Amino acid sequence: MTTTTAEPEVANPKTVNPVPSATIRFCGDSGDGMQITGDQFTSTSALLGNDVATFPDYPAEIRAPRGTLAGVSGFQVHFSSEDIFTPGDTLDALVVMNPAALKTNLRDLRKGGILICNSDNFQKSDLDLAGYDVNPLDSQVLEDQYQLFKVQMTKITREALKDTGLGTKEVDRCKNFFALGLVYWLYGRDQEPTLRYLQSKFSNKPEIIAANTKAMRAGWNYGETTDAFTSSYKVEPAQLPPGKYKNMKGNTAMAWGLMTAAKLSGKELFLGSYPITPASDILHELSKFKNFGVRTFQAEDEIAAVCSAIGAAYGGAMGITTSSGPGIALKGEGIGLAIMLELPLLVINIQRGGPSTGLPTKTEQADLFQAILGRNGESPMPVIAARSPGDCFDAAIEAWRISSRMMVPVMVLSDGYIANGSEPWLIPDYNKLEKIPIHHPVPSENGEKFKPYQRDELLARPWGIPGIKGLMHRLGGLEKQDVTGNVNYEPENHEHMVHTRAKKVDNVAQLIGLQEVEGPETGDLLVLSWGGTYGACKTAVEQCQEQGIKVAHAHLRWLNPFPRNLGDVLKRYKKVLVPELNKGQLRMIIRSKYLVDAQGLNKIQGRPFFVQEVVAAIRGQLGLASANGSKPTATAAVSGIAGSGDAGG
Amino acid sequence: MPTELPTLTPADFASDQDVRWCPGCGDYAILAQMKKVMPQLGVARENVVFISGIGCSSRFPYYMNTYGLHSIHGRAPAFATGLKSSRQDLQVWVVTGDGDGLSIGGNHFMHLIRRNVDLKIMLFNNRIYGLTKGQYSPTSPLGKVSVSTPMGAIDNPLNPLSVAIGCEATFVARSIDVNIKHLGEVMKRAAEHKGTAFIEIYQNCNVFNDGAWDYATSKETKHDNVLELEHGKPLIFGKAKNKGIRLNGTHPEVVELGKGISEDDLLFHDEKAPEPTLAYLLSRMRHPEFPEPIGVFRDVDGPKYDVELNRQITAAREKKGEGDLNALYNSGETWTVG
Repeated sequence: MTTTTAEPEVANPKTVNPVPSATIRFCGDSGDGMQITGDQFTSTSALLGNDVATFPDYPAEIRAPRGTLAGVSGFQVHFSSEDIFTPGDTLDALVVMNPAALKTNLRDLRKGGILICNSDNFQKSDLDLAGYDVNPLDSQVLEDQYQLFKVQMTKITREALKDTGLGTKEVDRCKNFFALGLVYWLYGRDQEPTLRYLQSKFSNKPEIIAANTKAMRAGWNYGETTDAFTSSYKVEPAQLPPGKYKNMKGNTAMAWGLMTAAKLSGKELFLGSYPITPASDILHELSKFKNFGVRTFQAEDEIAAVCSAIGAAYGGAMGITTSSGPGIALKGEGIGLAIMLELPLLVINIQRGGPSTGLPTKTEQADLFQAILGRNGESPMPVIAARSPGDCFDAAIEAWRISSRMMVPVMVLSDGYIANGSEPWLIPDYNKLEKIPIHHPVPSENGEKFKPYQRDELLARPWGIPGIKGLMHRLGGLEKQDVTGNVNYEPENHEHMVHTRAKKVDNVAQLIGLQEVEGPETGDLLVLSWGGTYGACKTAVEQCQEQGIKVAHAHLRWLNPFPRNLGDVLKRYKKVLVPELNKGQLRMIIRSKYLVDAQGLNKIQGRPFFVQEVVAAIRGQLGLASANGSKPTATAAVSGIAGSGDAGG
Repeated sequence: MPTELPTLTPADFASDQDVRWCPGCGDYAILAQMKKVMPQLGVARENVVFISGIGCSSRFPYYMNTYGLHSIHGRAPAFATGLKSSRQDLQVWVVTGDGDGLSIGGNHFMHLIRRNVDLKIMLFNNRIYGLTKGQYSPTSPLGKVSVSTPMGAIDNPLNPLSVAIGCEATFVARSIDVNIKHLGEVMKRAAEHKGTAFIEIYQNCNVFNDGAWDYATSKETKHDNVLELEHGKPLIFGKAKNKGIRLNGTHPEVVELGKGISEDDLLFHDEKAPEPTLAYLLSRMRHPEFPEPIGVFRDVDGPKYDVELNRQITAAREKKGEGDLNALYNSGETWTVG
């Protein structure tokens, strides 16, 4: 299926060009079904054995005004015969369903790339909405710079579906599957997985299955039979480590990781949550699994969400709350109480662009300070950040391992980019995962009174739960005496307790292992990253290493506490570059904690890093000329919060 | 269950902590009644949890020898909902006040009641902020002069029972701190109710709002100003039991018995009425126009969030079997490498 027929009677045999990888983007109006189209292309490519990485990008409005620039929704897929870690910098192919999509996305298409346009949607009114005075498809510029394909998708889809009995509106809704079919042909993809998807998704709507199938086949046939396309492309399967895979989204991985952590620790999961983009999908996913003992509570607000989870934790459940930055702000007081009560709790922040409502559907890493510092009083808590969609699974399990072991709430950071993005996920065997032992105290045999704040060697207190005779005790948010837990306002006791709670969080470093470095042990430059920028930083560092540059990469998993050896690692390199999708929050912490002259690469555009931006910053730090002369869009070493640390990039 | 329990006394429910309310505070009487009622409820001490927010009343859990959680301002209903939803075996009480429950915690109060989680709420209403030293509260009357309203309060107060009924409460009751026998009975009724049981307790703050409830508590006036509700009985009050409440159209009116008016002409209390109309009407009877009813206004059955949530868990397990993570991981489209 992946190559065209070579039978002699075909008048116009087409060539198939092998390429190692390709990056394509579908974009159109937010009602055009671009997300589903991209999703299908991704699943199919993953099933074919390609490594994949995706970047869905959509407006905050459910249906922004039709045809406008603000209403454009896009889905980018990078699929490869090699191991990849990012959704790609520039596009090899761009599918646009209207002029607004063309206008907002064309800049990302590489020169000579494939540009497929639904020319039926380039009427006067469409052009007006996008702010075009003349039809760009008629200009020679596009023809000269790109491989332009003007396809009458609306007309051909209507023609193909004329016997289905569906109305024009329903028929027109199928044109995204025409586009999908065409791109399937272009990259030699199998249509079967999407046919299976249609069968299961619309099992009681046979007319919808039939219509979309026809539209997709019409798209495929258009590529196959018309003269417009003379060649197609082929991306061979990637050599991933052996095993069984599935395509995994970040938020799904997070939900499954939480369920797995619950089971590994013999706990039932209680999620208190309030709907918020881009975290709601975790609530939706967990709500499906009541037969796993998963209790989800859609609370009246963010505060009730965290408080209900703490209430459940007090009762001995695995308490979790999920949100994004604005919601985390509201939860601050509740999290502080959990720190004071010393109860386990997971607080999951799927970061988005801020401040305030900010950019709800766009990604950012600007909640690090909030995670580490964002509560009243001295209130430290461990913070872990997932680095990729599939890694959300492991981060969730590790967070619960620490939280339940240390009796402390843990903040889990993800972001909109990895939450909605997807990648191949090596399916684990549950039985081979390490269990999470949890012990609840029982009454002492000698009748001694239960001491709720008596600590173990790592300073964790016992998790005594209601319903146990002889352990009756009261917990609260007032400062308490160590060991007994009784309310206590004595000055020395307060200082002791503040230090004890901090030391306990520091002790997490004894459980999380040492910081590892990819690349030379010492050298000119260390790139220090955290969270969802992992893929771009890793790829950029590898590219530079191939160019002979002495650069290494350290990616932080725990942001609080840091690994014990981080200070030593930082000092082994002449320079440290910290790329972040914020104004330099990790950089500021690193500078203050280790007195290292770390430099920043900072981008605050609601979009992830391009690999080439990081490459350019690395070269800039080392005084090397830009490899391709292109200018990065991110600001290397912006001036800002880190003050004197800023230097020219 | 009761047969397995040792016989306990009120002293068994006293914790080892010194009670730190002001001398003469109405909270002492409420605490004493709670300790007295607890042994009669047939629930083991270790299965009882008191959860509070912030305020004078919210110190309550520290003084009960049960499990307890002194949480943050206004949020006790949310903690309690999480606990009860995941621990059906526990009896959970929420202790709150007029500021904690109706001002900062108003949202949670409303949603707890509409969800009808199987919890008991005691709202100590002293019509003032005590712990923060005397600001007016959402139940302070118009014109209330306080440290934050030197020219008198200009925002209309709300009526806790009307709010609760408006939120579809299945159990609402009122009692008075010094009316100890009545208070104990109401607590017991709340404990027996399945679903959210809400009790407003008139409580005197003798430091910042002394005498706010005098009309309902002083020997001279209480009989004329308070009406004790009894299910199925006519609404009668007054020291000589010679006054009653009659319905005139949709309006209640005070009438004197005799002179052609008999008990049969009066409004009869029905705490089981499916519609909350009567309970709401009773909640609107305020001093000085009317005697203020105490007792159980409403006691009906309704779906309980915590019960239904656990029913869904059981039903899902029966239908699909206990969840299998390996099966989940391997669901949907997969492919194999090597």
